[in-house]
Amino acid sequence: MTAPAAQARSVTKRFARGAAPALDAVSLIVATGQITGLVGPDGAGKTTLIRVLAGLLRPESGEVEALGAAPGVRAEDVGYMPQRFGLYEDLSVLQNLNLYAELRGLPPAEHAATFERLMHFTDLKRFQNRPAGKLSGGMKQKLGLACALVRTPRLLLLDEPSVGVDPVSRRELWSMVGALVGEGIGVLWSTAYLDEAERCASVCLLNEGKVLFSGPPVDLTARVAGRVQRLDDFDGGSRARLSELLARPDITDATIHGRSLILVTARDAPPLDPTSLGAGPRARLSPAAPRFEDGFVDILDRKSSGTSALAATYAEAPRGGGPAIEAKALTKRFGDFTAAEDITLNVAPGEIFGLLGPNGAGKSTTFKMLCGLLTPTSGSGAVAGRGFAEAGPAARARLGYMAQKFSLYGDLSVAQNLAFFAGAYGLVGARARDRSRELVEIFDLHRYLPVNAGTLPLGYKQRLALACAVMHEPPVLFLDEPTSGVDPIIRREFWSHINGLVERGVAVLVTTHFMEEAEYCDRIALVYRARVIATGAPDELRAQAARNTGRTDPTMEDAFVALIEAADRAREATDLAA
Amino acid sequence: MITLNLRRLAALMVKEAIQIRRDPSTLLIAFVLPVILLFLFGYGVSLDTARTRVGLSIQDDSAAARGLAESYRRSRWFDVARTGSVIGLRQDLVAGRIRAILVIPTDFGRSIAAGAPKPIEIVTDGSNPNTANFVAGYAEGVRAAWAGTPPPPVTLITRFWFNPELRSRFFLVPGSIAIVMSMIGSLLTALVVAREWERGTIEAVFATPISMAEFLISKLAPYFILALVSMTICATLAVTVFGVPFRGSPLALLAVSSAFLAPALGLGLLISAATKNQFVASQVALLSAFLPALLLSGFVFEIASMPKPIQWLTMILPARYFIPCLSTVFLAGDLWAVLLPNILAMLGFGAALFALAFRFTRKRLD
Repeated sequence: MTAPAAQARSVTKRFARGAAPALDAVSLIVATGQITGLVGPDGAGKTTLIRVLAGLLRPESGEVEALGAAPGVRAEDVGYMPQRFGLYEDLSVLQNLNLYAELRGLPPAEHAATFERLMHFTDLKRFQNRPAGKLSGGMKQKLGLACALVRTPRLLLLDEPSVGVDPVSRRELWSMVGALVGEGIGVLWSTAYLDEAERCASVCLLNEGKVLFSGPPVDLTARVAGRVQRLDDFDGGSRARLSELLARPDITDATIHGRSLILVTARDAPPLDPTSLGAGPRARLSPAAPRFEDGFVDILDRKSSGTSALAATYAEAPRGGGPAIEAKALTKRFGDFTAAEDITLNVAPGEIFGLLGPNGAGKSTTFKMLCGLLTPTSGSGAVAGRGFAEAGPAARARLGYMAQKFSLYGDLSVAQNLAFFAGAYGLVGARARDRSRELVEIFDLHRYLPVNAGTLPLGYKQRLALACAVMHEPPVLFLDEPTSGVDPIIRREFWSHINGLVERGVAVLVTTHFMEEAEYCDRIALVYRARVIATGAPDELRAQAARNTGRTDPTMEDAFVALIEAADRAREATDLAA
Repeated sequence: MITLNLRRLAALMVKEAIQIRRDPSTLLIAFVLPVILLFLFGYGVSLDTARTRVGLSIQDDSAAARGLAESYRRSRWFDVARTGSVIGLRQDLVAGRIRAILVIPTDFGRSIAAGAPKPIEIVTDGSNPNTANFVAGYAEGVRAAWAGTPPPPVTLITRFWFNPELRSRFFLVPGSIAIVMSMIGSLLTALVVAREWERGTIEAVFATPISMAEFLISKLAPYFILALVSMTICATLAVTVFGVPFRGSPLALLAVSSAFLAPALGLGLLISAATKNQFVASQVALLSAFLPALLLSGFVFEIASMPKPIQWLTMILPARYFIPCLSTVFLAGDLWAVLLPNILAMLGFGAALFALAFRFTRKRLD
């Protein structure tokens, strides 16, 4: 066996004395000639570990080796692409390449040929004189990769290269890196997308600074082999059914997948009998391929309850009488840049509607127009039947908003945050006290009451953010990237609250760039380059993709890719015609 | 150990040059800010005494009293804005319309004739002691001149060297160049490393084989040249617009400016490395470079009249050494005996600041 490209042995790193370790005795081997996945939610320690391997951080204890030497020593043979790509925005594509070529000591004679090859490889030749700051997210990512490859490295460290970029670019990136592996390069690829883990030869699964699993991804999915089943044609709503099934001791995990449910049974449990599930006479079970995420949940060995104490006491939202959220041809332009164009959608009470799309596609802009934070250039929006133009504050009082990165006051304690939001939503006196106490109970925030919100573990931050958003029991909820960075169990718990609220008639609009999260939605709109390119139930969109591409059982991402390609073709056709 | 690879260094400097050209804020700091500040200091600050507005209360009708009053009216120090009774003028004094009341008392002419002149009364606004002293002194001077005091046996003829007309602008403009350059120099470098931190580019660059010395030199050299251009603009303005004489040589000016830029750029670099944030870095640069240079360098307040501990504090201020250098080069000439010790002091501080910046910017993120 050849020596690994890089390895870490029981590395521990803390950023402040007495703080929880960002890395806790982490060991990792990056073998040559393959992609090693570094997988885990945000804050798991992925970036810290990559920076240690790049020689940018010094570990507190443990041994690290990159290309047989201390990190940083063989820097010219290490390609490193940081999360923000490390590009100089004022420099053109070619100037960026040239800078990194010189810094890595690429012989000048090889410059021209290398740049030619890399620009061909990344398809950036057309843009070689454009400043990097004016490239799209996907193009920046490719240029970042090209800069890391400018002198063919023996070790390639990629820190979340695919986060937030559109799925088409993401696939292209995978095939590019896949091509490099054949040349004997050792690649470390970090990602928060669990589906990417399955494409790696070997995986290191990190959670809260600890290695949960290390080895080929099939070994993790093997833990749940034979225990994953798909339930189809059941009676009743999938959300209510999900909640019921999760209450059974022999089922450890259950998720919604369009109109189906994916069930994971407990280890050593007898096979499930479809008739015993109480899901109606037509219900049928079929074996399903275990996903990496199922293995992750199994290894975490916690179970989400599936029921929501929050929903149990929540005010029943009025149903009937028109859509809860309505957007009519919303358009927003910033100068000559169109951030959102002709967005039309409506969300009924008791419905979850998802806006799915890459970063910069226009999700957040649409979102902000709908909750009255941005004035549309044209078009109109209404929440609970009230348009923002005529009744801004009244409309806003009827919605709860959970912003990206959880807009909490980090310097206020949990109790102070709750008190502040109670006041902001107009709850006073005994009512504010009772509601806060109730929410503390529901979200189990007792022991954190005096703790500053900024220092809470991410899962608790998310709970607190949700608690603040539902303080006034609004019939409409806006959730902007609500579960980014939390582990799958916490995500499931979050969604069981949302599912519960929806059962009580609450309308939910959610944005996400996680394809899996789209499965929780009744309907989704795919947003791409400022436009909605498709709307429908997850199953419908998948079926559409199956028809267009001929694939059987395509994933949500397959569907998105197919639709983006169709949209791009249509756009090119109109551009040609014009 | 310090390693330098010239190809890498050149690549980094080219990058910096492209960024400077594309980033309007850098050019604004280097070329526009000094002009604005120099005009503000050049025209806005003056330590010369203009004609002070006073009130005159003449309580005597004699020829002597009218003569003295006329002397005050014609004095180049006073502008007799009002006349009237003391009671009336008092209002004007309180309102700040006049700075003093000169009272020529009753029987003034008769007492003169009798050979025992009555003293005149001078009421000044003590809330501004400088002006009060000044008015009192000059009012007495005018009176003495009017009375035709017999010439003393020894005549004192005062000559002011280097600035014979004692125009404060001649001192203030070179001084303000020092203040302006303190700010420009530190601000330029304070932003550049912090910007790399903010935009996350530092991570990618630090993961390449570059050495710390290459990185820091690439952050200094382009801004050194930029700052020398600002300096040239300032010096040209001083001579052409403000009419300050230039009695030294361009070489001496280059030498003292270069020496001064060492600590100024070094301070900026240190701030940048320590703060890692452009906003904080610019605030710290203003507080640590501009304010002390303005207040403690001897530009406005005489160092010799400061309390001892503050005087010691001024010793570590590069601008304190730069101001005498500039005044010398502009007003006196290439007096190397004056310039050299100051140049050495500035270079010393520069070296110390570079060493600190070098220690602070490690090739690591923690």
